[in-house]
Amino acid sequence: MSMNGMDPQNLRPSGAPDPVHDAAGSPAGAGPGGPVLTSDPGDTRHSDRGTSLWGEAFARLRRSPMAIAGAIIIAIFVLVAALAPWLAPYAGQATPGMDLVTPTDIPGLGTPGYPLGLDNFGGDVLSKLIWGARSSLLVGVISTCIGLAGGMILGALAGGFGGWVDTVIMRVVDILLSVPNLLMAVSIAAIAGQSPFAVMIAIGAAQIPVFARLLRSSMLSQRGADYVLAAQTLGLGRGKITMSHLLPNAVGPVIVQATLALATAVIDAAALSFLGLGGGVPQTAEWGRMLTVAQNFLSSAPQLAFLPGICIAITALGFTLVGESLREALDPRARRR
Amino acid sequence: MLKFILKRLGLLVLTLFGLSVLLFLWVRALPGGPATALLGERATPEAIAAINHAYGFDRPLWEQYVTYVGKIVTGDFGNSTQTQRPVLQQFFDQFPATVELALFAIVFAVVIGIPLGYWAARHYGRWQDNLSVVLSLLGVVIPVFFLAFILKWIFAVKLGWLPTSGRQDIGLDATHYSNLFVLDGLITGEFDAAWDAFKHLILPGIALGSIPLAIIARITRASVLEVQGADYVRTAKAKGMPEKILRNRFVLRNALLPVITTVGLQLGLLFAGAVLTETVFAFQGIGYGIAQAITNSDYPVLQAYIMFIAVIYAVINLVVDLLYGVIDPRVRVR
Repeated sequence: MSMNGMDPQNLRPSGAPDPVHDAAGSPAGAGPGGPVLTSDPGDTRHSDRGTSLWGEAFARLRRSPMAIAGAIIIAIFVLVAALAPWLAPYAGQATPGMDLVTPTDIPGLGTPGYPLGLDNFGGDVLSKLIWGARSSLLVGVISTCIGLAGGMILGALAGGFGGWVDTVIMRVVDILLSVPNLLMAVSIAAIAGQSPFAVMIAIGAAQIPVFARLLRSSMLSQRGADYVLAAQTLGLGRGKITMSHLLPNAVGPVIVQATLALATAVIDAAALSFLGLGGGVPQTAEWGRMLTVAQNFLSSAPQLAFLPGICIAITALGFTLVGESLREALDPRARRR
Repeated sequence: MLKFILKRLGLLVLTLFGLSVLLFLWVRALPGGPATALLGERATPEAIAAINHAYGFDRPLWEQYVTYVGKIVTGDFGNSTQTQRPVLQQFFDQFPATVELALFAIVFAVVIGIPLGYWAARHYGRWQDNLSVVLSLLGVVIPVFFLAFILKWIFAVKLGWLPTSGRQDIGLDATHYSNLFVLDGLITGEFDAAWDAFKHLILPGIALGSIPLAIIARITRASVLEVQGADYVRTAKAKGMPEKILRNRFVLRNALLPVITTVGLQLGLLFAGAVLTETVFAFQGIGYGIAQAITNSDYPVLQAYIMFIAVIYAVINLVVDLLYGVIDPRVRVR
């Protein structure tokens, strides 16, 4: 979503492993004339698996405070979402405090029995936030999987085959990219009807073009690499080269983008349900929906808007921190420093 | 250069053609078909059949498409199912509002974002740099509509400095020519009306500008860092180039090239992003129009507005690409 802060610069594989250095780092690639079969004891590049692109990236991640902070946020978020039935004092749409709420007086933080107060329906805000985490996680993960799967298939076809397949797929992707992400999600949700399911499909489908283009350009940048030439010389077929050589080496930027897309998906899901595309009753325990309702009570009960808003922002922050650290860790230019 | 322009124009036409096909099919893929979408709750089988016949939905698809394109070319985008007004007329009423808002937002983003990014790069690795990284992270992770709530609550509800919603105080009875309220006020000499319209722009403009601000700052920082380390900068430094010329002519000028592309792309995205901001502030632009159309299932409006926004987005991208060729001679050679 556009709104999502997904910057178009990200479409280019800035984190794409550049062929030259990747060849040196990954066990699969040895430069021309480089020792393929003979192992030099002084040269740890080929014997030490710890210096592979992913191994080193992981080691860098563990040292990065940004990545650790992000991982902690994600862990808490996932735990809360998974344990919602045990953590939440009330059911998502329950209105235990109905008698305590009047249109002009909504009990706020610190109400006895309801630590984060009540909303205008008499629902327990803490419970709704916990259940909201669950629905955000579901929408975020499923929609990103849809986008990832669709984009990987299109991108791998385009990047693997090249020629007219590439041209046709990329033209379609260009057309889809000409509609800003949020608008596309809105249009798809309009067809799919108003339900959480429609929101997942909408966000996922809107992400497909980005993933497709990213994987394709990343694969193209790998295609000229020496290890591909080597594989061709050995007589490997195109399908085999694409699946077991190009794809694993080209997938880095896609994984970075997928992590960042999770952040965007959480925000976009909230945005779509804020616009009323999520379906369900107004008291649905969803962060975006809670904000929609809260806008009518901004002056009397601002916490109704602030609490879910903060939850969305922190969750998005977690995924963004991990995604950005991963991008840095996989960036061959950064590795050299 | 001419070839470059022609190629880009060709791509633009192709994109718009593809988009028109997609949007055409989109309305036909709606649950219950386009007639149900048009009729809404009044959809009885007889009414659906009547509409299908009247609008030609019972004809072959290709024939419908030709009719659809023929109408578009003459500027007929149908009527809003909600207000019964022509969609194009409604668009021209609402579009200037979003133009005003988007311009405010992008100017805000550029004026703060570029210096912030430059400042961060100059102090690479120190607290200034970290601060700017944190700020741009916040800009990206805080949902626009939530930021809009925060701004509205602080500056409109609590402090009462700025208006909570709308485009202009209704009591002002200002004269409007172009529907760009600030400009109208300046032209007619109704400076109080212009000032009032401007005050209505501030909060939604800042909210809308937050994401471009973050992204522009980030790109500027990365770009300045890259150029600072370039060989030609080092050479110039070694030859004793005065610091001021080095900064302005060597570093800044080259570093701003990717920033210009980013600004253009972001400006295009603002027209879509306005949906959320305009909804929070009840600011009557095209974003508000789209939000209303979603609530009312007003498909003619949605279909046309998505097309318009895509055209605006594509044209802005084209202009940015051409501009890029003008500023950076290296692009033209390729």
